[in-house]
Amino acid sequence: MAVKVLIPTPLRQFTGKQPSIECNAATVGEALGSLTSSFSELRKHLFTDEGKIRSFVNVYLNDEDIRFLEKENTRTKDGDTISIVPSIAGGSIC
Amino acid sequence: MAIRTDALQQQKDVKLSKEEIQRYSRHLIMPEVGLEGQLKLKRARVLMIGTGGLGAPLGLYLAAAGVGHLGLVDFDVVDSSNLQRQVTFTTQDVGKPKSEAAKARLSALNPSIEIEAYETRLTSDNALELFRDYDIIVDGTDNFPTRFLVNDACILLGKPNVYGSIFRFEGQATVFGYPDGPCYRCLYPEPPPPGLVPSCAEGGVLGVLPGIVGSIQAMETIKLILGAGDPLVGRLLLFDALAMRFRELKLKKNPDCPMCGKNRTITKLIDYEEFCGIRGEEAPVMTDGIAEITARELKARQDRGEKIFILDVREPHEYQICNLNGKLIPLGELPRRVNELDSSVEMVVHCRSGKRSADAIHFLQTAGFKKLLNLKGGVLAWADEVDPSMPKY
Repeated sequence: MAVKVLIPTPLRQFTGKQPSIECNAATVGEALGSLTSSFSELRKHLFTDEGKIRSFVNVYLNDEDIRFLEKENTRTKDGDTISIVPSIAGGSIC
Repeated sequence: MAIRTDALQQQKDVKLSKEEIQRYSRHLIMPEVGLEGQLKLKRARVLMIGTGGLGAPLGLYLAAAGVGHLGLVDFDVVDSSNLQRQVTFTTQDVGKPKSEAAKARLSALNPSIEIEAYETRLTSDNALELFRDYDIIVDGTDNFPTRFLVNDACILLGKPNVYGSIFRFEGQATVFGYPDGPCYRCLYPEPPPPGLVPSCAEGGVLGVLPGIVGSIQAMETIKLILGAGDPLVGRLLLFDALAMRFRELKLKKNPDCPMCGKNRTITKLIDYEEFCGIRGEEAPVMTDGIAEITARELKARQDRGEKIFILDVREPHEYQICNLNGKLIPLGELPRRVNELDSSVEMVVHCRSGKRSADAIHFLQTAGFKKLLNLKGGVLAWADEVDPSMPKY
């Protein structure tokens, strides 16, 4: 299934500044796997060492939170949009 | 659906003066507000956490709209770098406490409302006491510990939390803590560990962005007071300024939420700095096993004619602002460009404040480099101690 993954601003530095990535995947988990194999730096920002999606990152299939669907096993269909929505706090710098 | 509290009920005899009727006439001639709505605004009590970028449009619009009681919580003082986006403040306010400067500005805008300035840091010790007197809390802070604190205190007291957050060109807004609605912990159960918070190389915010997101918060606050329209509850509004696109995602109440779920495990406020893995005001700089040099020492050695190799690990756009004529390799590019460096010569590594250069040194140490010195305090310290003509950012 051809799906589009939207990359939020804080993570675009790991995707060569691309705001979205197209890939083929049957599930949300496959799409994220394909994304992190193309952009390995992304992995630690999305997944814990045990391979679970981090709790300060939410993943949406279209406008639904996959935690309330079938998580990474949620099936995709052609034209779906996957959004990665990390928590942001403000613009302060160090 | 309006938020009604005891404080609101007690003030039923509130009236509008002739001057107020004139001032609010563009509200009064709309049936969605009308005299009834304007009196609701006048009776309302709104507490703003933060008077910075988000708080600026919020405070201005809430005061202009005639919200009768505004509380302003901020411990900070106005810095010239705030003026790019914190439009409540003027150049003359630099150095003044933000809560006082904002109070003066909003009182000048609308002298008929009551404004309380709290020049204090919001903590687990004072949050419940501060929140108790208000109907609605608006979160305009810039850090994770305070966001979790505001959320938890709102849930414990059953108050709505009008949330807005920004990063560079991107914003989020929603209303948490509404009856039967989700809370911040339903969305994000935990904060990112400090190491995964976007680093200073990716910081910054376009000045207009908090203006837009703070205005959305002002609109939602006023709608909650009026009981008008559909509040932004159970919906997360995402705004991408570069694409100029708004998107909306569904936000569900998490039945297992430790704060607002059926079997809640959090029943009082906790230590939020610890919860977020932060001790002290800023993320700690890992300086273990790193030798440092002060800006003055570096200058003295250069003045003695020593040729010292300087590595600047900031971003190119930062180098353009000011630099020490060092070799520029941004921290993120260091792993693949390490072969451009000579491990046999002594190297002073620097960034803006000393944090990224400490990370760079940790990396270079693992790559076998030994003669490494971290410029303590970065270019900021250089500007303070050696060259006052150098701009700080």
